[in-house]
Amino acid sequence: MKYAYFPGCSLTSTATEYNMSTRAVSKSLDIELVEIPDWICCGATPAHSTSHLLSIALPVKSLVQAKEMDLEVVTCCAACFSRLKVANNVMKSNEEDRDKVNQIVNADYEGEIKVRHLLDVLVNKYDLDGLKSKVKTELTDLKVASYYGCLLTRPPDIMDFDDPEEPKSMDNLMAAIGAQPLEWPYKTECCGASLAISRPDIVMKLTFDILKMAKDAGAECIAVACPLCQSNLDLYQGDIERKYDTEFNLPVFYFTQLVGLSLGIEPERLGIEKNTVDPWTLLETRRLV
Amino acid sequence: MKYLVSSEILRSEFVNEAKRISGQNLAACYQCGKCSAGCPICFDMDYTPNQIIRMVQLGMKDKVLSSRTIWLCASCETCTTRCPCEVDLAAVMDALRRLALRENIVPKDEEIELFNEIFLRNVRGYGRSYDLRIIGSFNVRSGHFLRNIMKAPTMLLRGKVALLPHWTKRVKEVRKIFKKAKELESKL
Repeated sequence: MKYAYFPGCSLTSTATEYNMSTRAVSKSLDIELVEIPDWICCGATPAHSTSHLLSIALPVKSLVQAKEMDLEVVTCCAACFSRLKVANNVMKSNEEDRDKVNQIVNADYEGEIKVRHLLDVLVNKYDLDGLKSKVKTELTDLKVASYYGCLLTRPPDIMDFDDPEEPKSMDNLMAAIGAQPLEWPYKTECCGASLAISRPDIVMKLTFDILKMAKDAGAECIAVACPLCQSNLDLYQGDIERKYDTEFNLPVFYFTQLVGLSLGIEPERLGIEKNTVDPWTLLETRRLV
Repeated sequence: MKYLVSSEILRSEFVNEAKRISGQNLAACYQCGKCSAGCPICFDMDYTPNQIIRMVQLGMKDKVLSSRTIWLCASCETCTTRCPCEVDLAAVMDALRRLALRENIVPKDEEIELFNEIFLRNVRGYGRSYDLRIIGSFNVRSGHFLRNIMKAPTMLLRGKVALLPHWTKRVKEVRKIFKKAKELESKL
């Protein structure tokens, strides 16, 4: 299995542990990730809030490079995943926009390169039985709230991945590595994403609700598939606890970190020490490190 | 609130532009309110998402384009996913933000637009986002000098923030993309 890898900006900075664990897990499963050389930012929400053509042209520039590599694209950031899929959709379905964008990036692209999220690759391409056979340490009974966030599955006709209201793929993945995925209602609630910089008060309310719901459902930790979700739930958890006078103490792992632990990969290669909320107590209690 | 509707207003340029730029059939909305019921940020908005759609239908340009709602929308796509009339509300909010920018209307939540502007300037300059500079510029220009400052030691110790930008070799091409997109967009 070989993919063109689009890490996205967060994975080179705030989510460096997501990048590390993605590479370590992929290597361990013989999934070859070839980084798209000189990929550029997808433009994220600021681009589509400002200019339609810019918001399509930026991701298309990197997709054109993947086309030259003749590989499907895999990404781990839910926001990049969304922008790459939206760009493909526009290039496939809107002739007028396609012509303009091709003129902007000086290419001849029609949305033909398939884009997948790594979660999709592990669950649907690698297949869970194959993964199970590689598990060395089961995460027995570890109660995990799988948090998908908003953009991984929405809007469903464009993202074409899992169920937008009741997704199951990450839960199935967690079950495959021996953990206990929890039923809880906030799987796809929004964390506020980049409003963390401009309106942290809003993000604190949204993330408080998500953390509280996970805790009330009995979670010992949260698994995420998006760098913005992770940083809003993990980096700001101390602030949320102080503001709402409560204690969550909920480690927030990338799903790749948990899969990596189950495959017997050393915690240093998964960047576990980069998580803000103490992950060690839980992992040591469960003899996972 | 009294508001006089005339056939001219219902056929005004604003109503047509909102439809055209968003690509949505706004007349399809029958005000069920499902969008607002699921909106995670509704609690902080001045108008609910379904009210915004109604106001666009009625041509209430000034109120819509100067509302906080259009900037607070986080594009989480919950409304778009759930709308029984298949109105892509997130696309409508995008279109209204762009219209407000085109009309030079200062957003009530200016800090959200300030973040967008700084982020894009950064991408234009480096080809990728450079978080340290984005947060630094945002804090200086917004006057929130200390915001997130306590996060710096945690981030630096864990190697989660790059001290230097990741330059891509394609910066020149990225700048061209920004320039050309602006030229073609203005022809609309």
